[in-house]
Amino acid sequence: MVYSLPEEVLEHVFSFITSDKDRNVVSVVCKSWYEIERWCRRKVFIGNCYAVSPAIMIRRFPEVRSVELKGKPHFADFNLVPEGWGGYACSWIDEMSRSYPWLEEIRLKRMVITDESLELISTSFKNFRVLVLSSCEGFSTDGLSAIAANCRNLRELDLQESEVMDLSGHWLSHFPDTFTSLESLNMSCLGSEVSFSALERLVAMSPNLKTLRLNRAVPLGKLSTLLQQAPQLVELGTGAYSSGIRSDVYSALSKAFLGCKELKGLSGFWDVDPSYLPAFFSVCSRLTTLNLSYATIRSPDITKVINLCPNLQRLLVLDHIEDSGLNALALSCKNLQELRVFPSDMYVADANVTLTEQGLVSVTQGCPKLQSVLYFCHQMSNSALITIAKNRPNLTCFRLCIIEPRTPDYLTHEPLDIGFGAIVKHCKNLSRLSLSGLLTDRVFEYIGTHAKKLDMLSIAFAGDSDLGLHHVLSGCESLKKLEIRDCPFGDTALLANVAKLATMRSLWMSSCAVSIGACKILSRKMPMLNVEVIDENGTLNPKLDNCLVEKLYVYRTVAGPRSDMPGYIWTMDRDSANKI
Amino acid sequence: MGPQGLESTELRLGLPGSDDGGGGERSVKKRVFSGGGWEADVCGGGKKRNMDLVVGWPPVCLHRKNKKSICNVRNLYVKVSLDGAPILRKVDLSCFKGYWELGMGLEELFDCYGIGEAMKEENKSCEYIAIYEDKDADWMLVGDVPWLMFTETCKRLRIKRRSYADGIGLHADEKD
Repeated sequence: MVYSLPEEVLEHVFSFITSDKDRNVVSVVCKSWYEIERWCRRKVFIGNCYAVSPAIMIRRFPEVRSVELKGKPHFADFNLVPEGWGGYACSWIDEMSRSYPWLEEIRLKRMVITDESLELISTSFKNFRVLVLSSCEGFSTDGLSAIAANCRNLRELDLQESEVMDLSGHWLSHFPDTFTSLESLNMSCLGSEVSFSALERLVAMSPNLKTLRLNRAVPLGKLSTLLQQAPQLVELGTGAYSSGIRSDVYSALSKAFLGCKELKGLSGFWDVDPSYLPAFFSVCSRLTTLNLSYATIRSPDITKVINLCPNLQRLLVLDHIEDSGLNALALSCKNLQELRVFPSDMYVADANVTLTEQGLVSVTQGCPKLQSVLYFCHQMSNSALITIAKNRPNLTCFRLCIIEPRTPDYLTHEPLDIGFGAIVKHCKNLSRLSLSGLLTDRVFEYIGTHAKKLDMLSIAFAGDSDLGLHHVLSGCESLKKLEIRDCPFGDTALLANVAKLATMRSLWMSSCAVSIGACKILSRKMPMLNVEVIDENGTLNPKLDNCLVEKLYVYRTVAGPRSDMPGYIWTMDRDSANKI
Repeated sequence: MGPQGLESTELRLGLPGSDDGGGGERSVKKRVFSGGGWEADVCGGGKKRNMDLVVGWPPVCLHRKNKKSICNVRNLYVKVSLDGAPILRKVDLSCFKGYWELGMGLEELFDCYGIGEAMKEENKSCEYIAIYEDKDADWMLVGDVPWLMFTETCKRLRIKRRSYADGIGLHADEKD
């Protein structure tokens, strides 16, 4: 019988259960399982740092080795969240430094972290191995110097897309001579140059280095030297991929790439000079990931590369690939799982770039394993969307951005409701969806009816009335994250679905039609939610209940209202709106 | 303010353009929500909509937008002189991404071997030293400040031979 199994046995069994969801399920079986599980949980993932407090986490899970935290709402990526909003890592790092001496890994996303916190990390955790700062800010190269100098067992330092204050390129020199454990370094976001001799030294003394992502300032001439020191690399991010100055760069580079027999992923490629592209052709047949999304090369060059990469699983590229390049992709890359096509010109359709919906249709037809799509384009039709849905029912992530808001089907001038309706109907495992184009409440009816596995939904410039929002909140059973901007959704739908919000991680609504009165009611009915109203313009009068709010962020929490809000955020507290 | 003006601030939830009662070539008023009501904000025709007013659209990450805008729009041509060479050259600083490339460029122009390495690495000695005149008309050693700051303050460049510079100090003769 299960209840007679000794603790050690249960603990051993639990050690094979690594997914958070499974761990959470295990912990609610019974009290003794809860106790055993909490003592042996080693990894904690907190999707909203304000949903819980450091003290609560530490009290429940005393033996954690790895913590992952996310801070700002996703729309912060697009400048919709004002400066000073929050997401401070400080209190987390402080408390963990006291309570988790054996902490090995910290992963932060969209959080603000200071040099002081980085220094504290570097001195508090003797066995610290992994630091990932994804889209973070608030720190400088001084903080990185502390990490380099003090983390003797560091394996991974990943600064993905963070904003780093570049005070000096010499932070790399702070790695001591005895430091040999580095496996992964991503410094691609750094603006300024780093010391080359320090970089070369670091690479030379890191025999386990598998991932190296350089920043734009590392010239192509230096890349061959680094590759020769690290032929074991599996993932490489180049710096600027042109060298107008030296002519021997090409042959050295080509030779260096020949030596890289393990290389599976390539990225970087800023400022590409197409004549240097063939230098890496020798690795193409092994490539599974290729990120050309900063490379402003034209379709013929891109197509040449793609035709050499039959094992490609993941491709990120600019719309310069055009329909012709996507057709080539559909023919050559039968293992493709993820495609992201970014716009080269943000606002106006470039007459020289022929990327239409046809390219996407081709890829969904030709690539049977395609699961994840992010696609920016200027035109779409319902028939194309229906074809895509029927071609690829195994899609799990479909993010379509038609650049001009409210663009109808370019063939029929109808809304794109039935097109997206087909997507949610056929793609039964769809977990992430971003909508665009002209959409009425009808599309939300389809989504509410069919998108039962949908976890995250992004809506912009869509819908006619509250009914749209109501369909989503009442129908999408698995919905955890909902972000909406510029839609005519308001009080009625929100207040008709208050209980739903407690089952979700968060709701973001900006430039919609929600009133402050509704926010107060919501807060009164649902004390386990933080209802935060962002009023950047300072025009909000919280006493006027029918005053509309600019931006609303609602999330469930066990930590109560937060204490670090800036002056422009009002928190709803039962009947009133409060500021700090 | 006539009826025209009032109409533009009226709360509407219809499709864009539907209030104008006429189709075809009419430009579409973009409705931007602001504070207490919907306001017509921008009249744009066809495809060339003024997207600058729509914050955060299209939804592209800031770092991707920023990186793209580093295309060399500004021309930062500065004069470069080499001690002993009668003809001056000009270089466009915006062509280089950092001190390393500047050094390589100067080496190509003047055959002053080693100057690139010397700019980056303090320990490397070289026959040549690169100095620049900044906005305050002071002569400074190239390589101390972050690259972008340098490009913004550099007015002219000078490559001095080490043997000429000794004993003079680095605030060498400003008069050429």
